[in-house]
Amino acid sequence: MGYFSNIFNGIKTLLTGMSITGKYFLNSRKGAITQQYPDNRETLKMFDRFRGEVIMPHDENNEHACTGCQKCEIACPNGTIEIIWDRGIDEETGKKKKKIDQFVYHLSMCTMCGLCIDVCPTDAIEWGQNFENSVYDRTALTRVLNEPESKVRAGIED
Amino acid sequence: MQETTTINNNFKSEEYFINMGPQHPATHGVLRLLLTIDGEIIKKVEPDLGYIHRSIEKMCERDSYQQIVHLTDRMDYLSSHINNEAVCLTVENALQLEIPERVQVIRTIIGELTRIASHCLWWGVMGMDVGALTTYFYGFRDREMINDIFEETCGARLTMNYNVPGGLMWDIHENFVKRVKDFVAHFKTKIPEYDRLLTGNVIFQKRTKGVGILTKEDAISFGVSGPVGRGSGFSCDVRKYHPYSALDKVTFNEALRTEGDTFARYSVRIQEMWESLSIIEQLIDNIPEGEFRVKTNAVIKLPKGEFYQKVETARGELGVYVISTGTKNPYRLKFRSPGFSNLSALSHMATGGKIGDLVATMATLDLVIPDIDR
Repeated sequence: MGYFSNIFNGIKTLLTGMSITGKYFLNSRKGAITQQYPDNRETLKMFDRFRGEVIMPHDENNEHACTGCQKCEIACPNGTIEIIWDRGIDEETGKKKKKIDQFVYHLSMCTMCGLCIDVCPTDAIEWGQNFENSVYDRTALTRVLNEPESKVRAGIED
Repeated sequence: MQETTTINNNFKSEEYFINMGPQHPATHGVLRLLLTIDGEIIKKVEPDLGYIHRSIEKMCERDSYQQIVHLTDRMDYLSSHINNEAVCLTVENALQLEIPERVQVIRTIIGELTRIASHCLWWGVMGMDVGALTTYFYGFRDREMINDIFEETCGARLTMNYNVPGGLMWDIHENFVKRVKDFVAHFKTKIPEYDRLLTGNVIFQKRTKGVGILTKEDAISFGVSGPVGRGSGFSCDVRKYHPYSALDKVTFNEALRTEGDTFARYSVRIQEMWESLSIIEQLIDNIPEGEFRVKTNAVIKLPKGEFYQKVETARGELGVYVISTGTKNPYRLKFRSPGFSNLSALSHMATGGKIGDLVATMATLDLVIPDIDR
């Protein structure tokens, strides 16, 4: 290949590449995937299966569905979940019954593998959508998931 | 007054060491290369590993079989679904579980999507390593669509943990089929663009053709696999020779080149993206109905014995070797990771070349360091 054909070839491939980048430059908003993240916080909606953090939903009577069976604690590979349980007295039958005192969740150790939620027999815990977990002190990432004074919903058995 | 100076014309070159990494943008992670160079000619390359060793194999001995799956996400994070699949297949084969066809098809589709996503990222950084920054953005743009598919169905974008021994964690999302079809249609128009932008570029071809040559014999003796081996004419696609999941139901060509240079490995990966698209197209329209999960015992105990399963990740052959003593944990679990073997051929390929060629060669090895170190 001669000297000039080399130059010609170089310019040709340069222009071919430039035609693509130029096309995107002129249609820059079309097909753009950039999200204006902190500005779109109000409208930002994550997918419903998004794994942000583990939460324990409570109903309006401040009742949850956790019986304290500790299956999630066993299933967790990292020791993220720690259940401090107690024996309460069932009001109806008067028998002693296991109940949770504190459902401690160490978010800083969680790898979001989802095994705890998968294994829960009463669907007491589920995925939350929050992903903004930056805090100044890492102890703030250790949470007690059950609300104070909350109790297990009636009729939930494991 | 005349000063006479004698000039020593007998210049002697001297070999010296230089560190590449562990914090170097072209090593794509914490890989340290000890280069012995003479001027700019590389005499020897010694990889120094261990900067991101997390003792995953030892942790596997502690964990139950369900828990092992999520650790494999963190090995080769760009083909995390295929890693998960490898562990699940090993456990399922050992338990002789009958896996529903629906699960197999979904696993194959997501596996091929993972492969495309991985190759998209590789294509982007490959261009960047040889000096074309724009490719990075185009590669990531198309990968983003796949990541959205994963996020909607699996809940996570990278460390998906979607497989469980016995099937899948959830059924696919209702939008899954539509989104995948959209992606396939979209990506078919993008690969020709990739070719026009980078493959046909004169500078890129001069940087890659004839650089980092690995012959077929060397490829076999170094034990390389995946696109690196296939670029050297070594037909080693596990999907072809030992099909798993639904891969025996589809037809596809094994991308094979015989030149063995950097450009051949590049072409193999571009060709693989086309083949993966074709596999997805063959499966996506008729995902069989049925269960998405077979019920297993809460505590999985493998029978006593040794089990091996290999799969083809985006980087090559991943083997999972389990020795079980009949308890709920494996006695020993060994991963044969593709990146480690591929890296061993680097010194052979780069010796005699320039440092710039080493970067180009390393880019086509597509190294993921957590996969090498585990």
